[in-house]
Amino acid sequence: MSFLTASAMTGGYGKADILHSCNLSVEKGQIAVIVGPNGAGKSTAMKAVFGMLPLRDGKITLDGTDITALSPQQRVSKGMGFVPQVNNVFPTMTVEENLEMGAYIRHDDFSDTLEMVYALFPILRDKRRQHAGELSGGQRQQVAVGRALMTQPKLLMLDEPTAGVSPIVMDELFDRIIEVARTGISILMVEQNARQALDIADIGYVLVQGRNAYTDTGAALLADAEVRRTFLGG
Amino acid sequence: MDAINALVALTNYVIIPATSYGAQLALGALGVTLVYAILRFSNFAHGDTMAFGTAITILMTWIIQQAGLSLGPLPTALLALPIGIVLTAGFALLTDRIVYRHYRKIRASPVVMVMVSVGVMFVMNALTRIVISVFSVPILGAREAVSGVDEIQFADGARFLISARDFRDWTGLAEPLALRATSVITVVTTVIVVVALFWFLNRTRAGKSMRAFSDNEDLALLSGINPARVVAITWIIAAALATIAGTLYGLDKSFKAFNYFQLLLPIFAAAIVGGIGNPVGAVVGGFIIAFSEVGITYAWKKVMGYILPAWEPSGLVQLLSTDYKFAVSFTILIIVLIFRPTGLFKGKTI
Repeated sequence: MSFLTASAMTGGYGKADILHSCNLSVEKGQIAVIVGPNGAGKSTAMKAVFGMLPLRDGKITLDGTDITALSPQQRVSKGMGFVPQVNNVFPTMTVEENLEMGAYIRHDDFSDTLEMVYALFPILRDKRRQHAGELSGGQRQQVAVGRALMTQPKLLMLDEPTAGVSPIVMDELFDRIIEVARTGISILMVEQNARQALDIADIGYVLVQGRNAYTDTGAALLADAEVRRTFLGG
Repeated sequence: MDAINALVALTNYVIIPATSYGAQLALGALGVTLVYAILRFSNFAHGDTMAFGTAITILMTWIIQQAGLSLGPLPTALLALPIGIVLTAGFALLTDRIVYRHYRKIRASPVVMVMVSVGVMFVMNALTRIVISVFSVPILGAREAVSGVDEIQFADGARFLISARDFRDWTGLAEPLALRATSVITVVTTVIVVVALFWFLNRTRAGKSMRAFSDNEDLALLSGINPARVVAITWIIAAALATIAGTLYGLDKSFKAFNYFQLLLPIFAAAIVGGIGNPVGAVVGGFIIAFSEVGITYAWKKVMGYILPAWEPSGLVQLLSTDYKFAVSFTILIIVLIFRPTGLFKGKTI
């Protein structure tokens, strides 16, 4: 069984279901990417995994434990880290305070983790006394990812981490995400920049209208003529 | 010599009173701004929370006085203040439990919350008058007991640090200068309280979790911050600030339940001028409002006479009668809301 397994997730916000028997799984230390057209339910699937969407059906296990009934907060203490797409920092708090708040549920000494985050994102060390709201989009995303890493999650979930940042910053962020995965943390991420994201993905999920359309390794999906034609613009 | 006389007159009639009034407004505005930042509504009951806290403190002061205890030159009320704070904080938590929690649960809009706080305000206003008059009977005896609308003086201890007569004897200046003990106590207490509050908000885990909650509620919840705890701490701090501000105001002037309701306008003006939700703004706003109010209602004839003896004004050179002092905060409030709705220090837009 995979490290994270979400099977047959079905549910939505109101009466109509957005997800229809959607399956996702991530192996330890691997990067899984969810791509698909607008309105395919990519972010919704991610929220469902994190417990922010009521599911009518389906089961989610993390490291062999059933977490289907847990609240998002409880999932954080089980080892999930979530980086929302927007409003993902505390704007009037300093970078360091943002990271401290990420470690709020920890009662042990988290200075090692803080060092690890600073080593991963050196720019944050330089800006640690600056308010997160004053940073550029790319730096803010680094704060957001750093904040989520402070709980030492075993699974890091990123909702469009490169939304609104320049291509150069996007490449750098992807490099950092690969680095995070190399430390043994599993990554589940939703991306608009499908081509670049599948490039670094160990496994890719193409969702269409809340259903799994294609599932394969990133490389295989990029090579698939049908996927290229339909979702990657040729 | 004239310049010194002008300066003394300015200090005596404007700077000293505006500084202590500003300190009282700053403490009041801090309470309003914290509730706005965390609970996301304008708490109209804050003025009456000040009155309630002060009433409790006065009752405790009487009990302590009758027990024969005192702080010597300091007012006994300072000894009673901690008890007043604890009881008022308890009352605020009870109000939250009975009233506000329900509206948070149903996710009532901010304007509904404001109306709820207006209801709480009326209840507290009545309760304050009932509490002080009913409990004054067993404490002071039927003969001395007060009614709920009486003006109550409860300042004891030394009245002046510098009296007008002493000052004249020392300096030989024509202008008097008096420094009242309550003004100094107000400013010193405010400095201590503000420093402690900022230390708490910026250095402690609980304080930072409050700021995080204010900044981004969803992310705070994701980070495992317990909202019930944040709300409880906020009410305790708001009640403490209200009780301290109310007691200092009462010591400086006098206690009258209705006056605290009227203080609500300058307090809100102070919080909004500074940028509501921003504690630094609340402190600065308090002093801006106080200096504007005192400066605009002061008769400048005397000071002008010293500085420009050749130009003898026939009137009082008073821009506005003191009866209209609330117009000053109201005008500043409107100007700020029109031209800079987030206030001087980038608070939230109302």
